[in-house]
Amino acid sequence: MKKKIITFTALALMLSNQSEARDQIKIVGSSTVYPFATVVAERFGKTSGFKTPVIESTGSGGGLKLFCKGLGTQHPDITNASRRIKMKEVKNCEKNGVKDITEIKIGYDGIAIANAKSGPTFDLTLRDLYLALAKEIPADAEGDEVKANPFKMWNEINPKLPAKPIVVIGPPPTSGTRDAFNELAIEKGCKTFPGRNALKKKDKQLYKSQCRAIREDGLYVEAGENDNLIIEKLVANPDALGVFGYSFLDQNKDKVKASKVDNVFPEFEAISSGEYPVSRSLFFYVKNAHASVIPGVKQYVREFTSSKSIGNEGYLISKGLIPLPKSERAKFEKDGKTLAKFDENLLKK
Amino acid sequence: MTNNLDRVELSLVGRKRSERLFKFYGFLGILIAFLFLITILYSVISQGQKAFFTTFIKVNIFFDSEIIDPQNQRNDEDIRYANFNKIITESLKKKFPENLNKNDSKELSSFISSSEADYLSEFVVKNKDYIGKYKNMWLLASSNIDVIVKNPEMEDLDEEDRLISDKQLGWLNQIRLNKELKKELNKNFFTKADSTEPEQAGIWGSLVGSFLTLLITLILSFPVAVAAGVFLEELAPKNKFTEFLEVNINNLAAVPSIIFGLLGLAIFLNIMHLPRSAPIVGGMVLALMTLPTIIIATRSSLKSVPPSIREAAIGLGATRFQSVVDHVLPLAIPGIMTGTIIGMSRALGESAPLLMIGMVAFIVDVPTTFLDSSTALPVQIYLWKSTAARGFVELTAAGVIVLLVFLILMNGLAVFIRQKFEKKW
Repeated sequence: MKKKIITFTALALMLSNQSEARDQIKIVGSSTVYPFATVVAERFGKTSGFKTPVIESTGSGGGLKLFCKGLGTQHPDITNASRRIKMKEVKNCEKNGVKDITEIKIGYDGIAIANAKSGPTFDLTLRDLYLALAKEIPADAEGDEVKANPFKMWNEINPKLPAKPIVVIGPPPTSGTRDAFNELAIEKGCKTFPGRNALKKKDKQLYKSQCRAIREDGLYVEAGENDNLIIEKLVANPDALGVFGYSFLDQNKDKVKASKVDNVFPEFEAISSGEYPVSRSLFFYVKNAHASVIPGVKQYVREFTSSKSIGNEGYLISKGLIPLPKSERAKFEKDGKTLAKFDENLLKK
Repeated sequence: MTNNLDRVELSLVGRKRSERLFKFYGFLGILIAFLFLITILYSVISQGQKAFFTTFIKVNIFFDSEIIDPQNQRNDEDIRYANFNKIITESLKKKFPENLNKNDSKELSSFISSSEADYLSEFVVKNKDYIGKYKNMWLLASSNIDVIVKNPEMEDLDEEDRLISDKQLGWLNQIRLNKELKKELNKNFFTKADSTEPEQAGIWGSLVGSFLTLLITLILSFPVAVAAGVFLEELAPKNKFTEFLEVNINNLAAVPSIIFGLLGLAIFLNIMHLPRSAPIVGGMVLALMTLPTIIIATRSSLKSVPPSIREAAIGLGATRFQSVVDHVLPLAIPGIMTGTIIGMSRALGESAPLLMIGMVAFIVDVPTTFLDSSTALPVQIYLWKSTAARGFVELTAAGVIVLLVFLILMNGLAVFIRQKFEKKW
């Protein structure tokens, strides 16, 4: 009996050692893209007849590291990223034989700060947002020490802002929008104080906790996961500002108006170009050598670039993705179809 | 003398008091532990039991031939591509005669789970007679509706804190009044794997994954560990080298499990090129982790067999090997089994080493072989816990219940074997 077990195990090991062709796509990468990718994968599995891809949430950096480890079925076929690939990573990929990859941009993660049309006009900077919403703010202009946030009125922060009480309605901590808002708006505003920047080098953990924490004294109002309702609350209270995804701003332009952040309105082009500060692009990268070996890779890329998923009315848009401009989506749809090779010179710009 | 007796007498009150205090502290400790246990069990069970049932809504479906098969060809392929979401929405609208605008019908269509369109298309392919006819069908409700039905206290929340709008709540109440709502066993939970929609997600995929993983763990670790234990305890000479081995095995039993995951990543994936996320690799990693536990259990149960058994066997002319295999080992088997089962139940609850080898992933297909991608029970619980959608709260607790049931079963088996078969000397 024991002999049988041992031979069986040895056999199983030998079989699996042959790295035989895999019939299931393997995807790794960003936790921001993960909720979008899982929806695409599930639909793809249900409708295409291919197996549903396996998706691991490893973070953008971790995903690219695994992705660039080499060619062969034991390595992932696709990696998701909430930032663009870095030159260092391209070089690492090339070193391991992964020379031909395709870059697909799926959309944006842009966050608008807006209030009711009847309300005052806000012309904000990231520093204003930080001073209005952080739990603790610098005690002086240098920013070496912190104190509890004392501000109750916008004009106390910046005399140019309206003399209205600070009320900001935004997503709860469970929301990805909130994470991005903390990171892209509050933290960037925090960095404008030299003392805070110095802290980053000294104690990264403390820096993060102080520069990303939002005040809990009731001036920041958590409004549940439903962005539509934030808009309704804004209409009811014209002095309040709201934090939500760009797509909702676009659909409710009759009710709310966006505030400038660092002199830029959250408009389509400004978000696309990265000029609007509270936004970032979402990507995935395909290993082209795998596309001909692993069944379904091309079709999955097609699904993820099609207008029914990431187009303006696509099912990912209702899950919170901010769509690409039409021409850009068409470009990436074409890139996805032909698996166009990523030009690393684009990174040198 | 009297003096001493008096002193004993005098100190008696103090000594008795400290005994009572000691008893009280012991009791307090047990009480606190018990309270924690009750709190955990209560929160898990009160949440988790809700996930075992799910909501269905009765809809009088009109299989509109205009939508399903406008050319009247009855072609399977065309029927599959028909817009069954529209069929569901149109049939739902008939429940509410008031005029609905485009936004309303969108809110109405979100009552029914997205899986039901596929279900209907399969149904029509098999029963083409229904095209153009009406049929009353119970359709799976979407997770948001299900959560509201299961947690009636949420209806009193303000609209913005609730999962559904006031309008949707009104419709839901009307459906309830018409008795077109029922709760039934959540079959998806017991037959499916992960999904992005809570009402379509299930524990079965990860249960199968855990089973496949543990099977590999058992096949690999049991024979090796028993052989190693018998060798070290019965046959090996007692010298510096075996002492060194012994110390190392005991240390290995205390190594944090994530280290075994790192080892698995380095050796099984990077050197042996085994597939990521596969139960075979998970099983191998957990086998490494379980080995020392079983070796130690084997040795201690061999030790508890009285030396007279060995001496008698050898005295009658048996070799050392014969005395061990024919006499000592059979007597030690219950103890070894107990140790093995406890080692396996520890492996069942383990998730950290699986993270390193890619078993923490979104996997929709239920695994069938040792090489398929799969998750494991504790991993599925973790993945659901980190998902934002409200419906996953109950699923997470239900997953914990399933895991606890299996742990209790395995530990119960271990206790049973010990009680039933272990010999007292």
